[in-house]
Parts: sequence; C-alpha cells; structure tokens
Amino acid sequence: MKHAVSLSVLLFGVWLLLSGHYTPLLLAFGVVSCLLVVAISLRMDVTDHEGHPIHLSLKALIYWPWLIWQIVLSNIDVAKRVLSPRHPISPNIVLVPANQKTDLGKVIYANSITLTPGTISLELEDNMILVHALTHDGADDLAGGEMHDRIIRMESKG
Amino acid sequence: MMNMALDVLSWILLLGGGFFVFVGGLGLFRMPDFYTRVHAASLTDTMGAGMILIGLMLQAGWTLNSGKLMMILVFIFFTSPTSTHALAKAALFAGARPLIARREKSKEKNKLPDSDKEDAPS
Repeated sequence: MKHAVSLSVLLFGVWLLLSGHYTPLLLAFGVVSCLLVVAISLRMDVTDHEGHPIHLSLKALIYWPWLIWQIVLSNIDVAKRVLSPRHPISPNIVLVPANQKTDLGKVIYANSITLTPGTISLELEDNMILVHALTHDGADDLAGGEMHDRIIRMESKG
Repeated sequence: MMNMALDVLSWILLLGGGFFVFVGGLGLFRMPDFYTRVHAASLTDTMGAGMILIGLMLQAGWTLNSGKLMMILVFIFFTSPTSTHALAKAALFAGARPLIARREKSKEKNKLPDSDKEDAPS
C-alpha cells in the first residue's frame, strides 16, 4: 500500500514538472491519469519493494554522492588513458563476488560497476559478477570490495 | 556578481562536458577491441552528459526547465548502464573474444594471484 501511495506522489510530481499547465481542469486530468497508472501497475503486481524501492531512499542519499565521486575519479582516469600516447591499458576479465542479500542489491552493484567507466559487468550469475576491466588496477580496486560493502550496508535494515 | 560567477561556472561545466564527449569519441577510435571501446564510450554518458546537463541547469536557473534537465540526468544514469551491460553481454554471447593483457610481474603489488580469472578476494 505504501508503495502505491509513494508511486502516486512520484507520478504526480513528474506530471506537474513536465506539464507546466496549472489550471484546475488539467490538474484534475493529471490526477486521474496518475491514479489510472497506479491502478494498472497494482494489477500488474509491479508496485513492490523491487519495482519501487522506497526503503532504500534515505540510504541511497549516502551511497549516491560516493558513487558520483567514484564516477568522476574513474572518468578522469579513463580520459587520461585515452589521451596518453603510450596507451596504457591492460584489459582483463575478472569474477567478483556479489554477496548482497537481495536481487535488488546485486542489480545495484552490477549497475554501479557498469556506470563507473573502466569496468563493465558482463554477466550476473548467482553470487558472482563477470566484470570486464580496462586496467588491472581497475580490477584490483573492484576486488578490494569497497563498493560491494557499501551496497551491503545500504540494503541492510536499520 | 553572483550571475557572473554562475555564468562562468556553467561555461566551465559545459566546456568540460564537451571535452569528455570528445575524449569519449576519440577513445572509440583509439581503443583496440570492442570491449575497451565500450569503456571509452561510457565517458560520454557519465561525465559528458552529466557536466553538460548541470551546466545547462545553471543557465536555466530555478525554473521548471532545470527540473526537466535533472530528470533527464537521472534517467540517463539509470538507463545507460543497462544498455551498456546489454551490449557487452550480447557481444560476449555472440562470441566476440576480449583482448586480455597479462599481468606483469614487475608491476604486481603481490595483492592478487597471477590469474586472469577469478581474482575474487576470499
């Protein structure tokens, strides 16, 4: 139920943002269409903790800034490697463990790996992610497990 | 004064974003195989798109347009890893063999065993 409420609020927020028309008639249309979408997604059974993970919202505010900082750092690193005349890359493939408890946690981990330039998740299987890394250093950083542990902390209760 | 500072900052961000898009494109040419090219392309949709959109947000100020630009940024950050993953996985399953560079002993910091696979920490 709380997922349905938060989905309605989110949808209407997006509607307000995108429409830019604030007359009563159009606002009423907006409310109706948002409720219709919520009703349909309730019937499709997609308004659960996976499709709409509100339990992570507050913790995501801790994780995201860190992730964005990592993205900035690895962007600069990859840009240097592209521009360097010596072309210092050492592509390799590693398997890293993904011991997050929920599927959602694993997907967040795999997505974070891909979002960071220099590492791409090729395949997610059970508790392992196959990662293509641009450099050995990048692979070692990932195997160091800081990102992994941060996501476990994010998905844990409390 | 404030406006001036915002303008300068937004231009720095726009030019920086343009630079990263350019480097991403250059990397697409310079990298040796498919997978490494995908790495170069991901510069474009993280720093490139991010800096340009934030620069545009500073130009737009506190308006509805800034909110829309913010939404574009969020959507890019959610969708681009998904598409990159789909692309790389499809290539792997279609049989594109990635180039693998051997670890050099001299540069090894004794952190991991010298295998290309299964560098998983215990």
